Amino acid sequence: MKTKFIKHISAGGLLDRRSFLLSGFAFSSAYSLSAISAPETNPGRIDTDLPVWTRVPGHNDTQYGQPSGYETHIQRIQAQSAPETSMFSIWHTPIQNQRGIITPNGLHFSVNHNGIPKIDPQYHTLRIHGLVDRPLKFDMESILRYPMVSVIHFLECAGNTAPNAVSLTALDQSCQELYGQISGAEWSGIPLKYLLQEVGIKPKAKWVIVEGADGGSHSRSIPIEKLMDDAIIALYQNGERLRPSQGYPMRLLLPGWEGNTNIKWLSRLEVTEAPAYTKDESGLYSDILDSGEIQRFSFPMEVKSVITHPSGKQTLPDKKGFYEISGLAWSGHGKIKQVEVSADAGKTWAKAHLEGLVLPKSLTRFTIPWQWNGTATTLLSRATDEYGRIQPTRDQWRERYASYSFNHYNGIQAWYINKNGRVENTYV
Amino acid sequence: MFDKPLDIFGFGLLLLGGLFSSSLLAKTTVTNLGVPLSQMDIRKHAITIFPDGTNLPAGQGSVHQGKTLYQNTCMNCHGVKGIEGPAARLVGSDGWFSFSDPLRILRIDKHPVLLISVGALWPYATTIFDYTRRAMPHFAPKSLNNNEVYALTAYILYLNGLIDQELILDKQSIRTVSMPGKDRSVLAWPETPPK
Repeated sequence: MKTKFIKHISAGGLLDRRSFLLSGFAFSSAYSLSAISAPETNPGRIDTDLPVWTRVPGHNDTQYGQPSGYETHIQRIQAQSAPETSMFSIWHTPIQNQRGIITPNGLHFSVNHNGIPKIDPQYHTLRIHGLVDRPLKFDMESILRYPMVSVIHFLECAGNTAPNAVSLTALDQSCQELYGQISGAEWSGIPLKYLLQEVGIKPKAKWVIVEGADGGSHSRSIPIEKLMDDAIIALYQNGERLRPSQGYPMRLLLPGWEGNTNIKWLSRLEVTEAPAYTKDESGLYSDILDSGEIQRFSFPMEVKSVITHPSGKQTLPDKKGFYEISGLAWSGHGKIKQVEVSADAGKTWAKAHLEGLVLPKSLTRFTIPWQWNGTATTLLSRATDEYGRIQPTRDQWRERYASYSFNHYNGIQAWYINKNGRVENTYV
Repeated sequence: MFDKPLDIFGFGLLLLGGLFSSSLLAKTTVTNLGVPLSQMDIRKHAITIFPDGTNLPAGQGSVHQGKTLYQNTCMNCHGVKGIEGPAARLVGSDGWFSFSDPLRILRIDKHPVLLISVGALWPYATTIFDYTRRAMPHFAPKSLNNNEVYALTAYILYLNGLIDQELILDKQSIRTVSMPGKDRSVLAWPETPPK
């Protein structure tokens, strides 16, 4: 083993990725194992000790594929903290079980204030009226004929990671429990700009009240600049039509903005001069500042990151083993520029590798090799976006807000690893 | 960001020019399929009530009528006083503690949304009318008539000590109600660029 070539790039065992890959460290033991374990048995026939599935015919495929039966435990979990009227539900995605930057459609997080409507697309209509030259309606058949674009973006609920914002002690929770209200997907649909140009926006228009066709007719006031910029009417998610819990037959997608504004089951746009102060912008989706002031219309989700591998409630299998630390970073303002990782509770930091696509307002995967020395330690990640916005510490974040304000939390996450390898949520 | 419409129209012209003959292709490039909306259709669907009173319907309701409705329709989820939950809290201050409810800290552990209340945070009474009419009660949204929504709005305002017991709420009087959340409001939009 050429381990002497591996370069340590910070204290705590974080390794230089390039020197690690060149060393052949990860693969050397596997090669030597296979060299000595080739037994000479049963001459004249392929060895019958091979796994049973290599000796029987496989089964046929199905019309709509499902994950392996050995992966059925990878599921969303329902948050317990939602008001217990059954139609308000919050479902967290298991990001600690995912790789890459795309969340499978069946696992995409979902928050529904008034349940999921069963919409027959044949009777679904989008209306646009208010301060426009030509008030118009569109049925689904027409909508599907407009030119479409495909974009990869994250969606995050404003309340993601709320327990770390408000709980005085760090709760022993998993990555899914703390960070499960974030997902990434490729969304395909119509730039909203096309439809707004078709109706003709009057000069004094400044806001649009956007409404869905669910039981609560969920609505939010959105500045017209955003709708004319990168907003789309999403019709497809990761190549297939939206799932009902994501707004079938169509939803508004506002890249980088808090999930609640991405109106599902989109059915009406009313162009206005002023916001309507709808239910959610009046209460639940406002932020209470340390001064006691109520901050409204804080739309973009801020720069944030979390190590998903390893993360809360997991146990590292190997004492003093090698691990690839991996996680996700994102910013509602633009691209991720860098992610730094610390393996010694923030004393020293090393730059992580940004793996795969680095796109604006999208999940960005980061990785860094790590040699654990078997003693208790704390892992941190800290993201910076292309505009120089950098994640605050938990204390810095909390200084701005009232002690019970929980939206838009983006403090640096700390995972404590005890000497037995168990990973726990902690504050530093 | 999406500056394609001109290209699309250009492509459409090429199609009309006969370079492509497939009618299916031509159909995929249109951007003018909207159907005009009648004023009657707009009136039927424009349910948003604005802080300046725009779209408020005729009708009226009293605190007394609202109390009866509340007890029959709302109390199971919002509690006798509008503070107990489990559904969103209608009455009171915001924050961890409330002097009127010594047990609230225990409830908050289970229902964090109860930290905030309609009475303390919402800046306009028109929003209570708007949301109650479009979404409440949770099990039968849009089942209340305008008089009933005025009455329930009146009762919620009365429970918060924001209107007198005798006030009849209608499209004029609702705009005279002053909500404590209004003076505390600061707006994060338009956003300021990073330092």
